[in-house]
Amino acid sequence: MSQTILELKDITKVYPGVTALDRVSLSFQSGEVHAIVGENGAGKSTFIKVITGAIRPTSGELYFEGKRVEHNSPQKALDLGITAIYQELNLLKHLTVAENIFYNRYTLKKGLIDFRDLERKSKEVLDRLGVRIDPKMLVKNLSVGYQQLVEIAKSLSRNVKVMIMDEPSAPLTNNELKYLFDIVRKLRDGGIAILYISHRLEEIFEICDKVSVFRDGHYIKTMPVAETNKEELIRLMVNRELTESYPAFAADRGEKVLEVKNLNTELLKDVSFCAYRGERLGFAGLVGAGRTETVRAVYGADPIRSGEIYMHGKKIRLRSPEDAIRSGIVLIPEDRKQQGAFLHLSIKENMMFSFAPEIAGVLGILNRKKERELCREQIRALSIKTPSMDQLVKNLSGGNQQKVILAKWLLMNCDVIIFDEPTRGIDVGAKQEIYQLMNELAEKGKVIITISSELPELLGMSDRVIVMAEGRITGEVKASDVTQEDILRYASAV
Amino acid sequence: MEEKERRNGLKKIDWSDAGILIALIAMAIFFSVSTKAFFSASNFSNIARQISIVGICAVGMTMVILTGGIDLSIGSLIGLAAVAGAKMMSAGTPVFAAVLAVLVLGLLVGAVNAACINGLRIPPMITTLGMMISVRGAVYLISGGMPVYGLPESFKVLGQNNIGIIPISMIIMVIVFVIGYVILNRTVFGRRIYGIGGNPETARLSGVNVKKEIYKIYCFAGFMGALAGLILMSRVNSGQPNAGDGYEMDIITAVVLGGVSVSGGEGKLSKVIVGVIFMGILANGMMMMNISDYWQRVVKGIVLLAAVAIDIRSKDKKARADVAH
Repeated sequence: MSQTILELKDITKVYPGVTALDRVSLSFQSGEVHAIVGENGAGKSTFIKVITGAIRPTSGELYFEGKRVEHNSPQKALDLGITAIYQELNLLKHLTVAENIFYNRYTLKKGLIDFRDLERKSKEVLDRLGVRIDPKMLVKNLSVGYQQLVEIAKSLSRNVKVMIMDEPSAPLTNNELKYLFDIVRKLRDGGIAILYISHRLEEIFEICDKVSVFRDGHYIKTMPVAETNKEELIRLMVNRELTESYPAFAADRGEKVLEVKNLNTELLKDVSFCAYRGERLGFAGLVGAGRTETVRAVYGADPIRSGEIYMHGKKIRLRSPEDAIRSGIVLIPEDRKQQGAFLHLSIKENMMFSFAPEIAGVLGILNRKKERELCREQIRALSIKTPSMDQLVKNLSGGNQQKVILAKWLLMNCDVIIFDEPTRGIDVGAKQEIYQLMNELAEKGKVIITISSELPELLGMSDRVIVMAEGRITGEVKASDVTQEDILRYASAV
Repeated sequence: MEEKERRNGLKKIDWSDAGILIALIAMAIFFSVSTKAFFSASNFSNIARQISIVGICAVGMTMVILTGGIDLSIGSLIGLAAVAGAKMMSAGTPVFAAVLAVLVLGLLVGAVNAACINGLRIPPMITTLGMMISVRGAVYLISGGMPVYGLPESFKVLGQNNIGIIPISMIIMVIVFVIGYVILNRTVFGRRIYGIGGNPETARLSGVNVKKEIYKIYCFAGFMGALAGLILMSRVNSGQPNAGDGYEMDIITAVVLGGVSVSGGEGKLSKVIVGVIFMGILANGMMMMNISDYWQRVVKGIVLLAAVAIDIRSKDKKARADVAH
């Protein structure tokens, strides 16, 4: 039964400046559930994309049923029988279950779609899964759990041999999860190879046969699940050499600046914390834990259901980022291109965007001499590398873009600076400069709040770390006497 | 360093932008050769009068399109301004009071557009389409479907008189362009317009109340529409119920020809003026050549499609160049 169906040899994927996968070799067997684990950025997603043909590896070979697959593409992978079910389901919500399962593979009768045949075939597939869903139902009327089953049925209808499930459990309730596991076992017994990706380690011990660990783009090892345990997995996932160093910082914490009390939003549940003058506060957690949601709520970017926010002991009302900025809170968002910078505008226009009213005279006309002066000062102070302040921001490197956004806020009189993934997509040298700037700002008495999915960065750039999971604060630790393992344990609420 | 920056600024003249200017010159030469009546001082003054209406509205439209929106209601607003103004003046309202009232009416129509876009979240295209139809209906209701005559003699000055050889309406258009240029290039408001157009979420996270800015922009466009309506009314010395009908398309075409991106964020008013002149000469030249109105419509439609196609093509090219970079 268990023969090798899919084999990857020496897969390497290099992006400019980053090696996402480094000579990864791994094989998968029919009739097995094979888990893939690793931290954010370990290379799991890239690895999956190579298999599904979404990206082409820089080098390496892919074998399917012993035959080499050349020029893999999404269509080719589908034809071979490789399907993927992502956390973000890929369904057409306004169409029926049957139409979704057989989308673009309709049976025609006199040139028209034969819906009756479609429904009959859909029912067959759903019966094979042992799922009772009316094929005529609209997908949008199904719960997320059932929608996922439709997605699985869609795979199954394609004569699937390898099914990739990326974080399938994330949106499910406990009952739905049990049901999903039954289905997964059924598929496995039917001879399908399943690649199971999950952050929740306990699931792996419940449903998987084998587990492979990835770390920093490297394949570490594969073990039968029966021969390992959670502690070993966590150790293998985080045990990395610290290739980056973090500038020294003498923590000198002053009076309380920001206080958040019982913050509730759609996702957040009773989030409370304080931040102090000159402190570097970090937020840790897995993707979707509520870190970004917390800072966006504190910044007035997302609506708050209930809760109170105080600055310097005074209660503030936040209805928009405008209010937050006026109170001295600023945010550098994680999505630099969509939310942080105006790529189509110049450095000058970006830097002065929020400060402009301060240097405007009658009728809002800008003092251009003053404007150029201020820009020149900021470019020098943050050592932004550019031939001119009229350069468009889209032509700058990621590090310099980040500095331009920071400059915009430094012009404003802010006390709390929130960095959401401050160094994402930034090369190593520029990272050091950003770290240095963050430390200087903390030394000047600003509160620096950092969110980072890279634990070493978070620990290196924080004095105190708050850990979140599923919208709640699950732990608070001093960065100096904590290990990455401790944080991962809080974050996965083990 | 200052010196160097200035020079860099000058060097930025992009010769790919010159296409529209070359097309304009070629077209003017073609009309001059084809019909004797085209190349004359009186015809040029005629063209100047004609383009001032489109030109004034184009300044407001440029701002609207820079934010990624569109204003289809502007032609109907021109009609409303003309008819409402004529009605008031013929009833004996002092010219000054009637003009003021019409300008306020323009601001109101703009505010209603913005309210639908901001509050009801109706896309600008649909909002202003609805307003275009309703406002035109109101124009017919007010006028009873008949032209409104009996304007005071003094009001003719606005649309019919010259200062030297230059029509007053032309001078007003130039003033409007200068104001628009200053707003877009030298003020906080202008910076925000460009910011909102390219990336509304960044603008919001940078502390800008985007909805408030949208109100200001559509009100400005409405104000300009009302001003243009008054000039048109003065020129034809009456309030015609079909005044401004279809002007929105000429205005949009002029703005897009002027290189303002229909997806927002990019475009310069200094080039929009070229688009305005292009549309004016095209219409005038075709009229001089006795080309039927039906054919004129066919040509104008094709020009609009061509202008948008060129905009999209140049965007693609830029995107590819960036990737290569």
